[in-house]
Parts: sequence; structure tokens; C-alpha cells
Amino acid sequence: MNGGNTSKHTSYDEKVKRLSPKSEKPMSLVKAFVVGGLICVLGQLIRDTGLAFGLDEEAAALLCTFLLIFLSALLTGLGVYDKLGRFAGAGSIVPITGFANSMVSPAMEFKREGYITGVGAKMFVIAGPVLVYGICSSILVGLIYFFLRIAFKG
Amino acid sequence: MNRNTKRRGRQSYVLPSKPRVKSFAAIAGKKEGEGPFGADFDIVISDDTLGEKSWERAESRMLEDVIRLCLEKKDLLAEGVDAFLGGDLLNQIVSASFAARQLGMPFLGLYGACSTMAESLLIGSMLIDGGFAQNVVCATCSHFSTAERQYRFPLEMGSVRPPYAQWTVTGAGATALTAEQNHPIAIESLTLGAVVDYNQNDENNMGAAMAPAAADTLRRHLTEMNRSADYYDLIVTGDLGRVGQALFEELCADHKIELKGRYMDCGSEIFAPEQNLYAGGSGCGCSAVVLNGKLLKEMERGERRRMLFMATGALLSPTTTLQGESIPGIAHAVSLEVC
Repeated sequence: MNGGNTSKHTSYDEKVKRLSPKSEKPMSLVKAFVVGGLICVLGQLIRDTGLAFGLDEEAAALLCTFLLIFLSALLTGLGVYDKLGRFAGAGSIVPITGFANSMVSPAMEFKREGYITGVGAKMFVIAGPVLVYGICSSILVGLIYFFLRIAFKG
Repeated sequence: MNRNTKRRGRQSYVLPSKPRVKSFAAIAGKKEGEGPFGADFDIVISDDTLGEKSWERAESRMLEDVIRLCLEKKDLLAEGVDAFLGGDLLNQIVSASFAARQLGMPFLGLYGACSTMAESLLIGSMLIDGGFAQNVVCATCSHFSTAERQYRFPLEMGSVRPPYAQWTVTGAGATALTAEQNHPIAIESLTLGAVVDYNQNDENNMGAAMAPAAADTLRRHLTEMNRSADYYDLIVTGDLGRVGQALFEELCADHKIELKGRYMDCGSEIFAPEQNLYAGGSGCGCSAVVLNGKLLKEMERGERRRMLFMATGALLSPTTTLQGESIPGIAHAVSLEVC
């Protein structure tokens, strides 16, 4: 039966499409924009405060990353970040706080399966693919940059 | 001797001895307690860990508790139960088998995903009608937090669901069936569902995957029992949710089955729309708590005389979803009547 897309299934697919409610696109875009934007404003605020207190550019950027990750982990632990995620969608998933949430939440969830086979093994279950493809593409881009530089120097 | 005297058509059966519902009980979680049927449940738990150290233990405890409660109501002893038939959604149906370990009853573990309540009633009533058992307990459960971590994402992850997704019910329901004839509600006939797959791939839209199976089982039941839908006061589906319910109603209309006003879906009704739980409830516990909390009570009070209970199941696993398989659906039908 599986894979056999007969006309019966096609007409059923049309029913499913017609009767399944759609996500409210414009509203969820606005929510994502506002929350995502606010997270970035907070980051900027931390960075500027760091600079005002005499940190150099690099240290200020690091401070910003650390604090955002810490806040996200804290809010995840307090059971707030999932509610924010439900409201904001990609707005709270895409910034670095979303990445932290994707590591802290499985770590909390799988603690009962032990620190090695649970927390250790499952911590990267969501963030893992991001890391794998993030690192792979950074290597790829680095190689392209490297060869382009040789080509243009030569 | 004709060995098939109880069989009607290909998939339906009548039970001449009319096994009775002796007792029933339902335990539900906090969100379910805040829903429209909150007052119908025997117990609404406020702490969904039940003081246990894991969600899995909590789910199993809930099942054990609901069975004990079901037996206590009619002073049935565990020793007097010839078989406990049940299952759940967790891998290797551990909630049911771990509960069976505590209860010390002969145990048949069943897996029919969310159709388990009907599946257990179907086999349990056959055991009694066949003269193999005097008393059986049919029970099932589900827990939001165990289902989430098995099928979806960690609880604290800030993910988004589509509006047609469903919310796994935290709850457990048990029905004790007996050969004794001095109880009002009887199981009169059954239809064993076939697996139906209309090539649906979206694991968030399980109502769409299950609706064709429910429509198929209903059509077969009515044809093979030579009945029309208005034979029943109420036709109940398990956890199609609001999307699956709409699809089921359209499929029934295509088959010229008139449901008008005599149909409900437990998943669509268990939560109020303002609880904002997407398309409604799902999980084995969904139809189990509605049947054992609300519907059987209504029959006992004589408010309904004939009811067709069809719990529906989506027979997928996280592995098959990742491998791109479509979602097979199933539904079993149990016809209950007040004698």
C-alpha cells in the first residue's frame, strides 16, 4: 500500500490539505521578528556595556555570547524558554539562545538515563546536526577562500 | 459443527453470552481535569510525576492505580481476575508490563497504539464469551511527558507545532468485564479493524492518518451487522482530533453513512478549545479516560442505550517516520448496549 499513490489517495490528500488548519503566517512572522529582535537588542546592550567598561571588541563579543547562553540555559532550567519558543517560533530558535536551549533541554530530559548514556549521549541529539553541518560548511568556505586567494595573488 | 457461528461477514463478531461491564475507572492528568470532562474522572492527579523518579514509572503507576481502583469499586480481588489485557505507547509496552508485575495477574500485553482500549475490550470480551475467563481487566494509559520524549522533542525545548498537531493525554482507564449477567452494560458485537494506509506522511497530522481506518471499520461494522448508523445513540472515535474528525465525517458521507448528531471524537472533546492544545487530545489514555470516565457512566445511568466505541491507532514509530514511511492506521469497534 505504501508508496502506491492511487487516485483514491490523491483525492484524500486534497481533503487533508483543505481540512488541516494552516499556521498563521503573518502573525508568526511578526512574533518571530519582535522576539528575535529583542534577543539581539539584549546582546547589543551587553556588548555595548562591556565596551563602556573598557573591554576590547573581542572580549565584549565573548561576554555577550556567554551571557546570552547563560540566560537561555537558566530560562530553560526554569521552564520558561519552551513557552517563549511556543510563542516566538524561529525568533527564539535561530539566535544563540535557541542553540543553548537545544542542548540544555535534552541534557535535562535524559538525566534519568545516567550521566554518560543519558546526558552525555543525548545532549547533542538536536544540536549535533547543526554542529556537523556548521563545521563542514565552514571548512568548505575556508578552502574556497584559501584557493581564491592563491588564484588572485598568482 | 459450524465453527463460525459467531462471525458476521469477514471482520465482525456477535457475542451471544453478552459479557458485561462490571466496573470501570479513569484517572486523568491536570490539563485533562481542567477540560470539559474534568468532573467525570475518578481521580485528577495534580502532580504528573505521582512522586515517582521518572515519567515512565509515573505512567506505569497510573495504570496500576486505575486497575486497583476499578477492582475496588466492585470488591473484585486481583486473584479473581483471570486476565489483564492492556498496553501503552512506550517502547516494549513497559507501562503495562511493569504494572502487571505489581498486580500479579495473568497478563496479555497488547500493542495497537491508541486503539488499545478497544483492542483490549475486543479480546477480553471474546475470552469471556469463549468460556475461557470469568473476569478480565482491560486497561491502557498514556502520559504526555513519556510520549513527548519518545516521539518528539525534550519537554523544555522551545519548539513549535503546527496547528493540526495533537496533545498526548495524561491518563489511564480500566474496564473490568465479567461473565456474570447482573450488570446493565453488555458488549454485544465487535469488529476487528484492518490496517488502512492512505499514504499520509506527516507525523504531526495523525488524525489524517487514522481517519480512513476509522471510516473503514465503521463501514464494515454497519454492513456486516446489517445496521445503519442510527442503530446507535452514539458512535465514538478515539483520538482523531478536530482535523481527523472532519476527515472522518467526510469519508463517512462519501460512504453514505449518516452520522448527524450521533457522533463524537474523544480527542476533539477532551480539551476545551480555549485550552489552546492544537487539534485536541491523542494517546491510548485519551479514549480510555473518556470511555471509563464519562461514556460508561452515561450508559449506566441509562442516558445512552447503544454505543459503538472505536478507538483509533496510528501504527508508526519514530524510526519509520525518519525513514520516510507512511503512517498506517487502525480502528477496532466494540458495540456496547444497556440490557
